[in-house]
Amino acid sequence: MPSLKDLRMRIDSVKSTQKITSAMKMVAAAKLRRAQEQAEAARPYAERMERMLGSLAGSMESSAGAPKLLAGTGKQDVHLLIMMTSDRGLCGAFNSSIVRDTRRMVAELQADSKEVKILCVGRKGWAQVRREFAPLIVDLIEGIGRPRLKFEDAQGISNRVLAMFEAGEFDVCTLIYNRFKSVIEQIVTRQQVIPFAADALDTGEEQADGASVNYDYEPDENEILEVLLPRNLSVQVYRSLLENNASEHGARMSAMDSATRNAGEMIDSLTLNYNRTRQAFITKELIEIISGAEAV
Amino acid sequence: MPDPFTFDLVSPEKLLLSEDVEMVVVPGAEGDFGVLIGHASLISALRPGVIDTYAGTKVEKRIFVAGGFAEVTGERCTVLAEEAMPVEDIDQSEAEARVAAAREALEQADNDLARGQAEMALAVGEAMVAAHGAGV
Repeated sequence: MPSLKDLRMRIDSVKSTQKITSAMKMVAAAKLRRAQEQAEAARPYAERMERMLGSLAGSMESSAGAPKLLAGTGKQDVHLLIMMTSDRGLCGAFNSSIVRDTRRMVAELQADSKEVKILCVGRKGWAQVRREFAPLIVDLIEGIGRPRLKFEDAQGISNRVLAMFEAGEFDVCTLIYNRFKSVIEQIVTRQQVIPFAADALDTGEEQADGASVNYDYEPDENEILEVLLPRNLSVQVYRSLLENNASEHGARMSAMDSATRNAGEMIDSLTLNYNRTRQAFITKELIEIISGAEAV
Repeated sequence: MPDPFTFDLVSPEKLLLSEDVEMVVVPGAEGDFGVLIGHASLISALRPGVIDTYAGTKVEKRIFVAGGFAEVTGERCTVLAEEAMPVEDIDQSEAEARVAAAREALEQADNDLARGQAEMALAVGEAMVAAHGAGV
C-alpha cells in the first residue's frame, strides 16, 4: 500500500506529464496546419510537371534513344530504397509503420535475389534498422525540414541519388513515405521514381486537356527530357517530404491527444485511490482514539 | 487589341503569379519568344533571363527566372521556374557575389558534374546582373 505522500507525488508527476503532452499536441496542430498549407502550395507545380512529363513520355515511348531515367538501365538487379522517417520520436506508429514496410520490401526483394541498398532520411528510422541492415545502409540524411522544409532540401537528396545513379550504383529507386490522408490516417506509400513510371503517380484529377494536345518541343524532346527528368525527381522527393512532414505532425497530434487523455484517466484513478487511502487513514485514527478512550 | 489569356508562374514551393495578360515574352533556350492567345502548343526549356508581361504595348511586369520550363497551349501559358523574382528586387551586389562564387566553384571543380553545376550557377548569376542592369 503506497503512502499518501507517494500517491500525491505520483499525481503531481502525471499532471506535469499531461501538461507536456497537451502542449506538444497544440504545437503539432499548429505545425500540421503549416505543413498542409505548404503541401497545398506545392501542388500546382507538381501537377503541371506531371502533365508535361506525361505527354513527353507518351511521345518518347516509341523511340529507342530515351534517357536512362525514363527507360531504366535495362536491369532490375539493384534496388535503392529511400526510407523517409522523422528526426524526432513521440509520434505514435509513424516511424515504425514505415520501418515495418521497409523490412517487408527488403525481404521481398531479397527473396527475389535482388541486391538492396537503403538510404535513410531521418534519424528515427535509421536507429531502428541500423543493426539489422547495417551492410545495406548507404547513408543517413538528417536535419531535413528544420526550421522549415525547403525545396533545396529535396534537391540535395535528389542530387545525391542522381550521382549514385550516374555511377551505376543501382537500377531502380523507390521512395517509402507516409502519405497524409487525415490526422488519424497516414498511408505508407511506395513510389518508384527511377525509372520514371507515369502510372505510378496518383493523377488526382482527370487530365482531359493535356492528353490530346500535340506539343512542339524546343529544343527537341530528348534534350528537354534530360533536364526535366532530374527536375521531376527533385519534385517527387519534395512532394514526399511534404507529405511525410504533414503526416508526422498529424501522427504526433493524435498520439499526444490520446496521451493527454490517458494521463487524465490516470489522474482520476490515482485521485480516487488517494482519497480512499486518506479516508481509511482517518477512520483508522478515529478507531484508535475511540478504543483508547474506552480502555481507560 | 488581342484578348487576354492566363499566364501562370509557378515555383516548386508555390504559385507565384496567376493573371490575365495580353502577351508574355519568355526567354526560351533557343531564343526569346512572345506568346499571344491562340499560340501553337509548345513545351520549351528556358534559359536564365527575364520574362516580360505586356498590357497593350506597355511592359507590365518584368520577372527574372533562373531557368525552368514553359508550357504553352492556346489558352494558357505556364512557366515552371526554378527561382523567380521581380527584376526590381534584384540586389546588384548579391548578384555579383553569386557570379564571383560561381567563378570560384568553376575553378575548383574537379569533375564534370561539379563543373556543370558551376557553369549553370555562373550563367544564372550573369543573367541576374544583366537583368538588373537593363531593369533600372
